[in-house]
This record gives sequence, structure tokens and C-alpha cells, in this order.
Amino acid sequence: MTTPDLLIVENLVKRYDGLLATDDLSLTVRQGELHAIIGPNGAGKTTLIKQLTGEIRSDAGRVIFAGQNLKRVSEPGRSHIGLARSFQITSLFQNFTVLENVCLAVQAHSGHSFRFWKKINNDTNLTEPALTILQHMGLEQRAHTVTSSLSHGEQRQLEIAVALATKPKLLLLDEPMAGMSKEDSETLIEHLLELKNRYTILLIEHDMDAVFSLADRISVLVYGRAIATGTPDEIRNNEDVRQAYLGEEA
Amino acid sequence: MSLSSRQVINAALLVFLAALPFLTDWVGDSFYTGLVARILILAIAALSLNLLIGYGGMVSFGHAAYIGIGAYVVGIGAFHAFEDGIDWMLNGYVQLVAAILGSAVIALIIGAISLRTRGVYFIMITMAFSQMLYFTAVGVETYGADDGLSIYSRSDMLGLIDLNEEKSLYYLIYVSLLIVLYLMHRLVGSAFGNVIRGSKSNEARMRAIGFSPYKYRLTAFVIAGAIAGYAGFLMANLNDFVSPDVMHWTRSGDLIIMILLGGMASLFGPLYGALAFLMLEELLSSIPLTVGGLRVGEYWQLLFGPLLILVVLYARNGVDSFLPGARKGS
Repeated sequence: MTTPDLLIVENLVKRYDGLLATDDLSLTVRQGELHAIIGPNGAGKTTLIKQLTGEIRSDAGRVIFAGQNLKRVSEPGRSHIGLARSFQITSLFQNFTVLENVCLAVQAHSGHSFRFWKKINNDTNLTEPALTILQHMGLEQRAHTVTSSLSHGEQRQLEIAVALATKPKLLLLDEPMAGMSKEDSETLIEHLLELKNRYTILLIEHDMDAVFSLADRISVLVYGRAIATGTPDEIRNNEDVRQAYLGEEA
Repeated sequence: MSLSSRQVINAALLVFLAALPFLTDWVGDSFYTGLVARILILAIAALSLNLLIGYGGMVSFGHAAYIGIGAYVVGIGAFHAFEDGIDWMLNGYVQLVAAILGSAVIALIIGAISLRTRGVYFIMITMAFSQMLYFTAVGVETYGADDGLSIYSRSDMLGLIDLNEEKSLYYLIYVSLLIVLYLMHRLVGSAFGNVIRGSKSNEARMRAIGFSPYKYRLTAFVIAGAIAGYAGFLMANLNDFVSPDVMHWTRSGDLIIMILLGGMASLFGPLYGALAFLMLEELLSSIPLTVGGLRVGEYWQLLFGPLLILVVLYARNGVDSFLPGARKGS
């Protein structure tokens, strides 16, 4: 029995001045799985994320998400059909409180915002779902703290909380553990293990311990191509992968 | 509900402004009522611009253009009523609607194009549009070209309020300021204001969570233009005169300086900024000192410039940073 594919990437290409950042890339993410993408620096992982979210246009190929071709769907539009991302370099509303960050994401998915009069903070339609998410991510104590005064680890957790607030069908996590201490990473892995049961996730990560303990399947990206896809065990034992990537460490 | 000391200071200022015409009566010098009326009109315009700059991060360098549109509506109306006997053009309500709608429509056109650019390009393109309007006004001989247009009769409010009565005009301006302050307070705290502030804070994230900032920014641009147009309506009635000069890019620069002086992204900042700006102008230009045959007061901008630099360097939130309860950073 096979689970349906939530995301299908077909022959995707992105060229930067002759450099092929994404080179005829194809991969699928199945409903409910945590699919990790690993690869050396410059393999095109973040470029792929940007192509999926619509931040940059693809030169060729197509992306099918939940049965819909995303070619003509804008970046905000993709958020509304269930694609959410976290950023490799923390990208939050630094001068907003933690709660306001999450509330704004909830607001984005609660109809239009051409409402000019009614006070928005303390609107329980926003704060209740936002606080629930903060609880899941272990940030409820920090709800009223201004984001810029959070620790790096907490900001990374908030990155994911904001993405969750858009009620995604697919979470694109771009190196969620970037720059984290060992302890912070372990806490985040716990959170991801829990999220994994509720969301389909495409995870880009350098931390191999995290990838191999979390992923159902792994794709290895080298120079913009997926050279192998398989279960953690299959990837560990794949000769090409060893040579191209793990070889350096093994 | 208890008031913070900052709110007490703000309230005290508003009470003082309300009492001002009677205070100047008492002193026997009504010059200051006129000066403060001018300050309050500019404060209304600066408040509207602060929605764009302070809350939205859109540094529009052409905001005086909308003041000009509002002022010319009154000037042109009075001109045709006087020259051609077209009485309805003197009707204050017709003028009011035309001033607000006219500036809103122009803001819609300018904003729709300008908001496709960012940063320095946005500054330059908004300035260019306002200069186009400035040169249009300079070119129209019928309405006085660069000599401007004297307004022989103020807007006729059909007996509801007599704008020829200086106190009535002052209180119309004062109440307008209160309304615009309250409007801004509601706007900034609303769902709409949240999107405007979020788009300033982090546009990439806004798009990623599903907002298209453009249409919200354009709406803010139109609201700000309409309010500035209303300020122009008041300005023409106060000055009995309108000339292309009100639209000159340096006038737009003055509004930005007021916001810098008063403190960005604070509700009362532009009011304090407008007060500080015109008070300093009045004060510095009346310095009686003479150096080498030159009266220092005539070159007040030479003193004002360094002062502005000091504010930008050491008091990022202008007057606002000296009030109790000031927020650190931006």
C-alpha cells in the first residue's frame, strides 16, 4: 500500500548566471512523512525551498502540491493553500512580542485585514490559537516578551511556531537547528518528533543526528540534483552517497 | 483606568491648545493663535505622513502635494465664485469633499505606481510626482501661476460655523486634530494597522505567512493622502492664500523633519515635532545677534541643521525619547 504524494517536484530547474542551483530535480513528499533533504553546502537546498514557496521563480519544471500545479500561485497564495516555511536565517517581527508574531500569522489566515477600527490585540480569535501553538513549542512563558530579547534558541522555536500558525498541510523547515547549542538542538528534536505525528514535513538540516533520528525518508542533494532517495538505512549504505557526501565524514 | 505620566503630559498639551485663543486674548496678542493654528494644521499632515513613515516604513517624500491639492480646491473654488459668480464653488462642504476625494484619487494613482518600488527609489519617485504637481501649479496662469492665488472669501459652511471668525477657525482646526489623533490611534491598533506595521518590520515574513502587503500599503497611502488633503483645505482657509510653494519638495521635507523631531511610530510624535519645528523656526529666526553685518536670524537654518543632526544621532525618537515611558530602540 502506498500513501499519496502531497508534494511532487518534477524536473525543476533554477539557473543563476550559468550556475545550475537546481538541476533537473525531481522528488516527492508523501502524505504524513518527514522527508529530509541533506547535502553539502551549495547543493541548492535553500534555493529549492524558495522555489517551492514561490519566493523565486523556477526556470523549468513543475511543482504539484495537493494535486494543484503551483505555477501561477503567488507566494502569499501558497501559504493559503497550506505551504508554510521556516527560515534558515531567523526572520521574525523583531519589534513585536512573541504572541504578536504568532497572532499575525493567525490573522493572515482569518480572512482579509481591511478592518480599520476594532482593536486587534486581545482579540481571542487570534490569541487563543496562538497561545495553543506557543504551548506546543514551549514558549508560552515568553508570550509577552519582545522577540528581539529572546535567546537564539527561542527565536528558532518561534520561527516554527509562526509557520505552524498558518495551519499548514506541509511544513518546509529550512535548517531549523542552524546555530543552535547541543541542548537547544535536543529540545527542538523533541518538538519535531511530536510535530512529525501531526504534520507532513520537508526538513533541510545539516545536523546528521537530527536527520537520521527524525526522517522517514532522506533525499541527498548534490549540485542541485537528488542523487539518492531512501530510508535512513538505505542512505547510510548507499555507495554514491558515501562518496559524494558522507565520505568526508565517514 | 489609570493614566501614565506620558498620557498626563499629552492631555495637558491638548488642554493648553484648547485654551490657547483665550490665553492670547488675555495677553492681548493674537499673533500666536495664528501661529499655533498653522502648527496644528501641519501636525495633522505630519500625523497622516507618520502612518506611512513611522508605522509603515514608506518614506514618502511628496506628501506636501496632497496639502497643495486640498488648498488649491479652496483657492480655485473661491476664484470662480468671485470671478464668475459660481456660488456653489464656495460651498465649504463641496470644497471639503473635493479636497479629500481629489487628494485621495491622486494618492491612489501615485501610490499604485510608487509602491512597486522600494527604498531610495520610492523616495525619489514620490518626490518626482509631487514636483510634477508643483510645476503644473506653476504653469497654470489662470490660477496665478507661481504668484499664487489670493482667496477673497473663505469656505462657506452655510452658517454651521463661520470660518471668518478666527476663533471658530482655530477650533475647527483643533477638533480636526483631535479627530485625526483618535483616527490614527484606532487605525494603528486595528487588524489593518497590524499588517502595516508587520510589513515595515519584515516584508519577507509577511509574504511567507500569506499577506500581500501591496494592497494594504496602497490603502494606507490613500488614507494618508486624503487626510493631508483635508489639512490643505484648512491651510488655505487660514492663510487666505495658496501658491505652488505649498507643494514644493522642501515642504515635504519639512513634514519628514517634523516626524523625525517628534519621534517616529508614536501617536503624538508628529504633534510634538510640528510644535518643535515651527517654534524653533520662530525662535532661531528672531535671534537679534549680528555677525559681520549679517543678521544671524536670517540664516536660522544654519543653526537648525546641526540641531537636527544631533537629534538623529542622540535622540532617535526625537521629543518622544524625552517623555516618560519612552520605548528604547525603534
